[in-house]
Amino acid sequence: MFKKILIANRGEIACRVIRTAKKMGIATVAVYSDADRSALHVRMADEAVHIGPAPSAESYLVMDRIVDACKTTGADAVHPGYGFLSENAEFARALEKAGIVFIGPREHAITQMGDKITSKKLAEEASVNTIPGYTDVIEGPDHAVEIAADIGYPVMLKASAGGGGKGMRVVYNDEECRDGFERATNEARSSFGDTRIFAEKFIEQPRHIEIQVMADEHGNVIYLGERECSIQRRHQKVIEEAPSPFLDEKTRKAMGKQAVMLARAVDYRSAGTVEFIVDARRNFYFLEMNTRLQVEHPVTEMITGQDLVEMMIRIANGEKLPLSQQDVSLNGWAIESRVYAEDPFRNFMPSTGRLVRCIPPAASGGDDKHCGEFVRIDTGIEEGSEVSMFYDPMIAKLVTWDTDRDQAIERIGEALDAYYIRCVSHNISFLNAVIAHQRFKAGNLSTNFIAEEYPDAFHPSDVPHDEPALAIVMAAAIHRKVMDRAAELSGQLPSHEKKVGPDWVVIIHPDQHPVTVIPVEGGHEICYQDATYRVISNWQLGQPLVRAEINGKPVCFQIDYTSPRYTLSHRGSEVNTLVVSPHAAGLTRHMIEKVPPDLSRFLLSPMPGLLIRLTVAVGDEIKAGEELAVVEAMKMENSLRATEDVIIAKVLATEGESLIVDQPILEFE
Amino acid sequence: MTGDHKPGATPIIRMLEEKRTAAQMGGGQKRIDKQHAKGKLTARERIEILLDEGSFEEWDVFVEHRCTDFGMADQKITGDGVVTGYGTINGRLVFVFSQDFTVFGGSLSEAHAEKICKVMDQAMKVGAPVIGLNDSGGARIQEGVASLGGYAEVFQRNVLASGVVPQISLIMGPCAGGAVYSPAMTDFIFMVKDSSYMFVTGPDVVKTVTHEEVTAEELGGAVTHSTRSGVADLALENDVEALLATRRFFNFLPASNREKPPVWPTQDPAEREESSLDSLVPDDPAKPYDMHELITKLADEGDFFEIQPDNARNIVVGFIRLEGSPVGVIANQPMVLAGCLDIASAIKGGRFVRFCDAFNIPILTLVDVPGFMPGTAQEYGGIIKHGAKLLYAYAEATVPKVTLITRKAYGGAYDVMASKHLRGDVNLAWPTAEIAVMGSKGAVEIIFRQDIGDAEKIARRTEEYQQTFANPFIAGSRGYIDDVVLPRQTRARICRSFSMLRKKDLKNPWRKHGNIPL
Repeated sequence: MFKKILIANRGEIACRVIRTAKKMGIATVAVYSDADRSALHVRMADEAVHIGPAPSAESYLVMDRIVDACKTTGADAVHPGYGFLSENAEFARALEKAGIVFIGPREHAITQMGDKITSKKLAEEASVNTIPGYTDVIEGPDHAVEIAADIGYPVMLKASAGGGGKGMRVVYNDEECRDGFERATNEARSSFGDTRIFAEKFIEQPRHIEIQVMADEHGNVIYLGERECSIQRRHQKVIEEAPSPFLDEKTRKAMGKQAVMLARAVDYRSAGTVEFIVDARRNFYFLEMNTRLQVEHPVTEMITGQDLVEMMIRIANGEKLPLSQQDVSLNGWAIESRVYAEDPFRNFMPSTGRLVRCIPPAASGGDDKHCGEFVRIDTGIEEGSEVSMFYDPMIAKLVTWDTDRDQAIERIGEALDAYYIRCVSHNISFLNAVIAHQRFKAGNLSTNFIAEEYPDAFHPSDVPHDEPALAIVMAAAIHRKVMDRAAELSGQLPSHEKKVGPDWVVIIHPDQHPVTVIPVEGGHEICYQDATYRVISNWQLGQPLVRAEINGKPVCFQIDYTSPRYTLSHRGSEVNTLVVSPHAAGLTRHMIEKVPPDLSRFLLSPMPGLLIRLTVAVGDEIKAGEELAVVEAMKMENSLRATEDVIIAKVLATEGESLIVDQPILEFE
Repeated sequence: MTGDHKPGATPIIRMLEEKRTAAQMGGGQKRIDKQHAKGKLTARERIEILLDEGSFEEWDVFVEHRCTDFGMADQKITGDGVVTGYGTINGRLVFVFSQDFTVFGGSLSEAHAEKICKVMDQAMKVGAPVIGLNDSGGARIQEGVASLGGYAEVFQRNVLASGVVPQISLIMGPCAGGAVYSPAMTDFIFMVKDSSYMFVTGPDVVKTVTHEEVTAEELGGAVTHSTRSGVADLALENDVEALLATRRFFNFLPASNREKPPVWPTQDPAEREESSLDSLVPDDPAKPYDMHELITKLADEGDFFEIQPDNARNIVVGFIRLEGSPVGVIANQPMVLAGCLDIASAIKGGRFVRFCDAFNIPILTLVDVPGFMPGTAQEYGGIIKHGAKLLYAYAEATVPKVTLITRKAYGGAYDVMASKHLRGDVNLAWPTAEIAVMGSKGAVEIIFRQDIGDAEKIARRTEEYQQTFANPFIAGSRGYIDDVVLPRQTRARICRSFSMLRKKDLKNPWRKHGNIPL
């Protein structure tokens, strides 16, 4: 077995690999850039090597530095994680030349599967279902239009070297096709330095279901069930689960068989994922094969009881697969949600900065009979860490397991309720809203789910709560506790001490909800609208999470106290409450609602980024939907378009300027 | 109004009830409706929210003005435009006066002033704070000089009460001309956004004299005074929020200079560790961080009542509790102007330090200060004298003083910020603290002036200087720092320090009063 493994990655995946290596008794080496000097993965590893400045192109993507780091530390194998150099054949070759084992597939498999055009041809040859499309390189916009006409709209244009939604466009007509081709080409150039674009039929109402395969050097290939990753936003996976609520045993077997066939066709080794697109009639088509460990691999681990990283390490060491296909059994249900530093209210723009508050839910072990864990958190950061603009803004992967889908959903809802992050925007409320969505619960998924269900900006205060009374009751109980403590202040007039009364009004603008709050053993009894709620909680003032039992049912609210208001968050919904005496509540009716300043006359930058193009000038008359400016952020070009007909009054920023969020770019007349 | 008297009520009782009922109505329903339409509560409604329910004892409900000129003899309204008395906030005694805009526009008559003076005098006798709710069109012009005299009587009491009982002013409507000087002499001014303004001369006069066109809101609204002038300590959204904030604020204040600030029990353990504080100070010394994070993570229950949050933001001041006891916090803010001291921040900090000292509130100082702000604007503006206010306030203060240096403590600003030399009781430092005359680069360019052309030499010297001074140990070797503490354990160390200082007894030499550089 290897003595020492270097992990050529950062963040949660580096930590995750280190965990398994430790378990196996293998020493670990972390690598880090300037930005990650004190990162969690660096502290977890036995050794750490600095490999350059913050930008990944100058650190995590520099092969020589990583090979050198192996040599100086004496690491005999490298686990690449995902992203960065994980699917870089040249890297695998460089390691081999240096006599270091690459924990992953062999170079030729990476090369063949890494190219979407080659991989599709290979798949066809191996009798794997593929989507109709044009697999050669498109020569230009006119050619793109011609090809699109052959395939029939809608058509998807994709960068050959692409991944992660970059360099990808769906087009519905000739005009969009031309425009989309140019954009995809530009993004492909800036993201991958490879401008090749290909086209294929775009399948509507599709589901993304992928098969995990594992192959050893001795010709054994198995599949470890599927993962459904249909909940995506702009082709980025958001929520994944295993198994898929959609597959029947027959389809699962057929997909597994094809995935194994493809793996054999490329003489595959190590962990790989064969991605399929599945239509409403359970027809499935090969999308691509990822020749690495996937981000969402934990859901497979949790239903199969296998440690995929350990398998990868053993396979790289020349060992045989520890189990055959018959031994693979799927047990229970696992769901993963990706917690990101991004702002759902601002079109999910990445958010960066210090995680001033980050309290993850408690990881909880299951019983040994099952797969080990009920709640698993894979993360590379903690409270006080910096979410850096240089890397993927993922905070954590939150995974829950239970015996069936409904219970796994309930568990992840609970875990998200208890996941408290402040001072960096995050998508926890959004994830929780999706999980709580009836359509999600029904398993009626498609890759368009988010676009269809949340067409506009998401804000937790817009999410209706299933039981609005809970937040009202909770706010009342909290306020009573705050008031009761204030009544313990020293220096009161003897025999005229403060007495806190039972009657309060919870104001959730503009509605007023009268309640009575009576302290009882361990909590409060609250009467609201003819119902009685017994709120039992050991919550202490200042704690951000209120865990309570309301009429015997456990709930966990997140609470933010910005005097005099309490903001309560639960299951993706957020309410702002003001609790006052009935008399004061009557008087609040005289308060005038303040109208926030009108920002509609301005085009504001929706994200921090670079203003790469201003498409308009002063005096231009612009129709709704036309482009105004393009802002580049995280290597994505974001076209800012007019939401209504406008005339440009002033230009407030210049091309090439770096913008902060909400910085005005244009003023309209 | 009549008819529902109890049978057998004497005429006196009947009159009493009539007068009370009349007083309740202030300037009448029409004016009350007008007040409400502006989003403002009436004088009495405000008191009802400010004080514990049912605790208000009203005085002088029968007072009427004595003016007979300009037809005033026929216009008498019981109470004469101000509601006065006492009550409790969370059971603690407080005297209040609340001007009633529905009665003669809340204008101040001689009688109106006498009512205010009466509660102030009583507050002084029993040692309890005074809260004034201001909503007044100004002097009762019909009364002329009698009204002016009334103002002065109030001013004189404000001054005598200063440092004896806490005085808080809420500006909830107009407050113009001479009237502004009563709030100006109280300890804190809270203003309501969009419905209150304060200025010495109004927009009309400004236009006549200086030809400036300015609205009342721009000239003296809550936003102006809480961001530009520093006159207001807080700007609140509306009447209800302003009154609720005042209740919360009151919980930090002692009844008088003879008492300790009020305490309450807390379940937040003094030993609570905050591991994330270990990474609060960035590796790069030029990179800012938010001092609020440190304050809220040190405070009981994360609760920080900030004063003047939007003015002179390079210094952060306000109240927290540690182990249930109020503590005044003064902190440099590296996020704004790198935390430099300038005129505005020295005035803001100095005044806050003096309030804490006057009312026995211990002071916690969090230091990350690269120095005083350079420039002609500062020098011409008198940074020497204004900066000295903060220095003076700290040097004069005898309450428990605990100081923590998180990063930079450079030059004269190091001395100012509650250093050991200014009778700091406990002076702590984080491992990232650098106590030095100035930053390494600047120091090297002075000490090794001859090497300035040689970049390599300068870099080496800078490194050398950095190694020598960019740590807390030189200061520690002289005893200027009592100990170096781990960021994560800071709360426990600071709590223990204040606990040790609970019975601190220190007196300044007797004098009529010091001569702070005003």
